[in-house]
Amino acid sequence: MSGSASEGVALGAVPGIAAQSGPARRVRSLRGLAAGFGRAALPWALPVAVILLWQAAASLGFLSSRVLPAPGDVALAFWRTLNDGSLLANVLVSTRRALIGLAIGGGIGFALGIANGIWRPAETALDSTLQMLRNVPHLAIIPLVILWFGIGEEAKIFLVAIGVAFPIYLNTFHGIRTVDRGLVEMARVYGLSPAALFWRIVLPGAMPSILVGLRYALGIMWLTLIVAETIASSSGIGYMTMNAREFLQTDVVVLGVLAYALLGKAADSLTRAIEHRMLAWHPAYQGRRAGLAS
Amino acid sequence: MSTPLTAFGDGALTSPRPPPPAAAGARCGAHITLGGVVKAFGERPVLRRLDLAVPAGQFLAVVGRSGGGKTTLMRLIAGLDGATSGRVAVGGEIVTGLQSQVRLLFQDARLVPWQRVLGNVGIARGPDWRHAAARALRDVGLGDRGREWPLVLSGGQKQRVALARALVSRPSVLLLDEPFGALDALTRIEMHRLTERIWQEHRFTTVLITHDVAEAVALADRVVVLRQGEIALDIPIDLPRPRREAGDPAAAALQARILAAV
Repeated sequence: MSGSASEGVALGAVPGIAAQSGPARRVRSLRGLAAGFGRAALPWALPVAVILLWQAAASLGFLSSRVLPAPGDVALAFWRTLNDGSLLANVLVSTRRALIGLAIGGGIGFALGIANGIWRPAETALDSTLQMLRNVPHLAIIPLVILWFGIGEEAKIFLVAIGVAFPIYLNTFHGIRTVDRGLVEMARVYGLSPAALFWRIVLPGAMPSILVGLRYALGIMWLTLIVAETIASSSGIGYMTMNAREFLQTDVVVLGVLAYALLGKAADSLTRAIEHRMLAWHPAYQGRRAGLAS
Repeated sequence: MSTPLTAFGDGALTSPRPPPPAAAGARCGAHITLGGVVKAFGERPVLRRLDLAVPAGQFLAVVGRSGGGKTTLMRLIAGLDGATSGRVAVGGEIVTGLQSQVRLLFQDARLVPWQRVLGNVGIARGPDWRHAAARALRDVGLGDRGREWPLVLSGGQKQRVALARALVSRPSVLLLDEPFGALDALTRIEMHRLTERIWQEHRFTTVLITHDVAEAVALADRVVVLRQGEIALDIPIDLPRPRREAGDPAAAALQARILAAV
């Protein structure tokens, strides 16, 4: 689409060629417009086809609504829960838990990664312990967490925090340790203070790795929250879907799954935006934004 | 010693002294003296009782094979490493660590990729660093490239930026660790002319480490050949400047003498 538009501008700027433009050119640019639209629409063809097929199967009775509700029913459930306010309330509760857990766990992981990355005694004292804890599947301690916190907010936030702390710790630590030593030596020769060395060289150098850790942590964040809310909760998307299961409302269950998917996608897009901003110097993030963002 | 950032292998002996105010006028060169300097890594001596005096403002080239101790010598003068025994002094002061009056150009330009060109030149910041950095960039002929990312520059341009970064604090000693080795022949000649011009303007003492004998003869006032940690030859190059890069019979004769000693 943009290709044909810029072509038109470029040709129009040359008087001799602009004179030839007429109906023939308009048709050509319309065709280009259609081709551009086709390119943009193509990735959506498969999902749309699947949804149409799914709707058809449900409408024709091949698919019982107890197994899988029709897409139309899911849309209706969306409208219903949106109007009674329960959808928004549950999404907000879940998002809040996710973000608080991320802030606490991510903050701890980040701080430990920085400390162990720049200060050897801290690494000696802490790293092997952290590696041991990291290998415990954090979902395995759900029974303990319920004993400690009941099914209140703390339990969910605690689990999310534990889940996100390790990927952020590992990637921050790794990022700091792999900062170009030549740059660090240069900074010393050029008289940077330890604080300037950290803010201007070490932290930006570790940033690509830290952001990889953040993206990984976001995935774990939602996964942990889904499990925690499904097992023990009285609010949130997970609670909404489990509650719907009791009443055989498969449409609400599917709606809950979609809500998780969209929230996950939104978190990922946000990280990509942060990456583009913070890594603007990096050759991989210069220019062809659209190509990389897909 | 448990200062932060120990994980980076604190090669420097002490933290650097604060840089001088950017407004200070051009400093003259400082003389460098090495007396009975020995540097050994474990059992292996790299420099054996080296004595060398470089007068203020001189352009010295140190030539030698790889492993001959050239880079070690330069790291001692810069204060990046300490000598096993003997004394190293710059401007009459014993070197005990990094010094703000000594600047170093590395083999690779070592620009910080996430700082714009201007931010790289003024990497040490300080008062009014933007003006000082812009002036240094103009000095090396890149006055219009300050807004760019270093990764889009060519090899020669990167070394120019690195040179500008060294000039910002108006050093009295400039150490060049084979900074032109990776450049193509034409760019290298350009960089020779640029380095010579800037040295003539600023008059800092310059030590050029190189394995390129022609480069040493084209630029230096004096060439020292370092062989197995000892000075094998120490000759003045009193050819008139500006010098020709090739085809000068007097230069060719000097090159032959130096090559025989390397």
